[in-house]
Amino acid sequence: MSASVSIANRAVAPADLLSRSRRRVAWTLLSPAVIVLALWAFVPLIMTLLYSFQRYNLLYPERRGFVGFRNYGYLLSESSFWTAIINTIVMVVAVLVATIVLGVLFSLLLNQNFKGRAVARLMVIAPFFVLPPVAALIWKNLLFDPLYGLIGWLLKLVGLPAVAWFTHFPMIALIIIVAWEWTPFATLILLTALQSLDPEQLEAARMDGAKSVNRVIYIVLPHLARPIAITIMMESIFLLSIFAEILTTTAGGPGDATTTLTYLIYIRALLDFNIGSASAAGVLAIILANIVAFFLMRAVARNLEA
Amino acid sequence: MRDQRASLPGAALAWIVAFLMFFPILWMLMTAFKTEAGAIANPPLIIFRPVLESFAAALSQSGYVLFAENSIVISLVSTVLAIAIAFPAAYSMAFQPGRRTQDMLVWMLSTKMLPPVGVLVPIYIIARDTGLLDTRTALVIVDMLMNLPIVVWMLFSFFRDIPKDILEAAQMDGAGPRRQMIYLLLPLASPGIASAALLAIILSWNEAFWSINLTASHAGTLAAYIARYSAPEGLFWAKLSAASVLAVAPILIFGSLAQRRLVRGLTAGAVK
Amino acid sequence: MARLELHQVGKFYANFEAIKAVELTIEDREFVVFVGPSGCGKSTLLRMIAGLEEITSGELLIDGVPANATPPDKRGLAMVFQSYALYPHMTVAQNMGFALKMAGVPKAEIAEKVEAAARVLQLDAVLSRRPRMLSGGQRQRVAIGRAIVRNPKGFLFDEPLSNLDAALRVQMRIELVKLHQDLAATMIYVTHDQVEAMTMADRIVVLNKGHVEQVGTPLELYHRPANLFVAGFIGSPKMNFFQARAARPANGGVALELQGGRVLEVPAAAGAVAIGSPLTLGIRPEHLVIADSGPLGGQVDVVEHLGAETLVYVKDPLGGTIVVRTDDLARVRPGAPVSIALRPGRASLFDDTGNAISHATPE
Repeated sequence: MSASVSIANRAVAPADLLSRSRRRVAWTLLSPAVIVLALWAFVPLIMTLLYSFQRYNLLYPERRGFVGFRNYGYLLSESSFWTAIINTIVMVVAVLVATIVLGVLFSLLLNQNFKGRAVARLMVIAPFFVLPPVAALIWKNLLFDPLYGLIGWLLKLVGLPAVAWFTHFPMIALIIIVAWEWTPFATLILLTALQSLDPEQLEAARMDGAKSVNRVIYIVLPHLARPIAITIMMESIFLLSIFAEILTTTAGGPGDATTTLTYLIYIRALLDFNIGSASAAGVLAIILANIVAFFLMRAVARNLEA
Repeated sequence: MRDQRASLPGAALAWIVAFLMFFPILWMLMTAFKTEAGAIANPPLIIFRPVLESFAAALSQSGYVLFAENSIVISLVSTVLAIAIAFPAAYSMAFQPGRRTQDMLVWMLSTKMLPPVGVLVPIYIIARDTGLLDTRTALVIVDMLMNLPIVVWMLFSFFRDIPKDILEAAQMDGAGPRRQMIYLLLPLASPGIASAALLAIILSWNEAFWSINLTASHAGTLAAYIARYSAPEGLFWAKLSAASVLAVAPILIFGSLAQRRLVRGLTAGAVK
Repeated sequence: MARLELHQVGKFYANFEAIKAVELTIEDREFVVFVGPSGCGKSTLLRMIAGLEEITSGELLIDGVPANATPPDKRGLAMVFQSYALYPHMTVAQNMGFALKMAGVPKAEIAEKVEAAARVLQLDAVLSRRPRMLSGGQRQRVAIGRAIVRNPKGFLFDEPLSNLDAALRVQMRIELVKLHQDLAATMIYVTHDQVEAMTMADRIVVLNKGHVEQVGTPLELYHRPANLFVAGFIGSPKMNFFQARAARPANGGVALELQGGRVLEVPAAAGAVAIGSPLTLGIRPEHLVIADSGPLGGQVDVVEHLGAETLVYVKDPLGGTIVVRTDDLARVRPGAPVSIALRPGRASLFDDTGNAISHATPE
């Protein structure tokens, strides 16, 4: 314990080593998650890219070869491809509009204080938890079916002819199904956001003479602007991948009336076994999703700064 | 708007909306208790004598029980795996943040934004070449990967609520990261862990895309079962409804028991 | 019991130097207090000694052994956190025994040690309760007990009394000093409250913006502050400061010219003051008196009656407030004009860089 050990001999403390060991611990904890996700994110992506430049059909695996951008060329000149793009955009936008509008309405309604409100909320939220194929089938068979479905019966009651939804209005039917599934999602997020709205703001507006409608427009909606933006972002990512509902109801038809990009790729890959074309379409789908994500990230970021 | 009792028309409107949204599920539930003839009766029966024959028929349908088992096993195993991997990662990000932690979190979430269809081809081919096509293992791995970002995100936001100095006190007491996780985080964050697990189970149970495309007759989940065997095989709607009710009931019950927790976890950070 | 040496210890965050080259030795069994305004780095320094923050430069030696890379639980130091950091889901007994459990000590021994510490701190009645069922004072004692049970070489306290109410704080201050005497351990204590520092410390380390301003015993800091910062920080109410110029030498000191032409003669060490140089004059409130006539004065602004003494705040017509401490009751009323004189032989002089030039106090 001698204090007289010469100070001059001391080297500068090995500060680097210490921080390195701490960082190593942090990395060891993180690494499984990161490695696993990195593999999941990059390897299939690169493979898709590679396949998209090849001519490859699983039925004729020996006839494989590099063909550059030919798959893309074919794809972009196919009318069914552009139909799929349009169908995808139509469906996503329509569902977004429906779910947000309904979500705002429902959340306003559910934000009220009434007896049994928790039960009512559960009932509104329930559709989100239903298996997608089941949701599709409920609507297809029990409700939409022109002969035995409930809606057909109701229409007959008021003297209107029964509608074969999936034959004449397949897209609308699909949009109704998907909107029914996803409105709870929007409602939940907006409801949570509403509950963080200070009720005193609304009381102040009331004192200022604003009627209910105006209170909603000028105070509630601006408060919801950011959550709505976030909901749009999250929903559109998931909506681009809607699959089971299409498979169970229309299988993309009639014709390709309800074939979205996702369904098109499915047909190409697992029904036609045309790997090259499916991969090219897959790459385009990823690019589309990234464009959507990018624009929405920007909109959200702008809202976040506000 | 919050503390006063809602007006009568307001509450009535809310109930109408709730009823309309819930009605399809209700109708399915009712149909499940009808006979096949009753299911397609015209006009549709609202009053009827409930029977269980459709449930019996659904359960005895070949493959149903197997697929139900698959759903249970795959959901549980993939969730346990996801939590096992996410736990240390969330710990590291919450309590040993570095310059890149924020970016790391955003990157993890971004992997969820990849449309699954974009990688359908390679995943299918990998599964085929490794002999994992139509196995539970394949789905466990895929589900775990799909859910990992969300589980990490939820655990991370719950961990952040734990004051850091409790862990520092443990550090002074001689507990390294591993023991801190076991003795402190596990008990203190258990509601958060439960929420994350619940969400992962629900997402995995409902997962339809990979279930349908990577499985055939052995490893499919209930989602695949209903999607595949619902093709126009006739008017066996009561049976189908019964099968569907059995398939969605567990999730509906889970979800209703824990909805508040789930909402908290999901919206943490998304909504201030 | 430990002797700590800090040699050129510094802390760098990205582009911000939080601690600048601290050179300090803490002897075995000393009670040292780190004191300073918020953000001065005192907690950071404490945490660097504990091992919760990395030391980016310099060396820390505990009993002569370099300890920069030693993990916190192996340094032989125990810490009491500002928020107590008790484990909420464990009982008091489990809280106190946790460190021993981590070290693999057998259960029976843990129980013994916990009970012994609990008796000393009067916690034996609440051993099976959870922290949320305890009062603030009890929680604090559990935090201390947790540290004692480990039988450490040194104790580190991070503002432990700041969450307590005033009465409790005074009581705990005394108990901590007694604890120090009983345990005869090295203690490092961080606080922003200079009263705590003055009453508890063997030595005080005054920190400002990551830099050590002065290290010394409480009385040293009080009577001989090394610079303006320490002079203004230690002592409540603050020392009175006046801008001045050294006009000419005077009897045993120097004559200072203050603003407004006022002249004061103060003692100073021979040759310490350069004539003509700008200075700051510092006089503590207790070294001023309300007099019938004096070189300073003004209008009484506020009078604070504390019982044992009275503080008179006088508005200086040339700007600022002069504080006078007097035990003379009832002589002064707000609004009245007063004159202020200096007690002979007491003044501190600081040069224009803020460093002390001379302190004229009998010692």
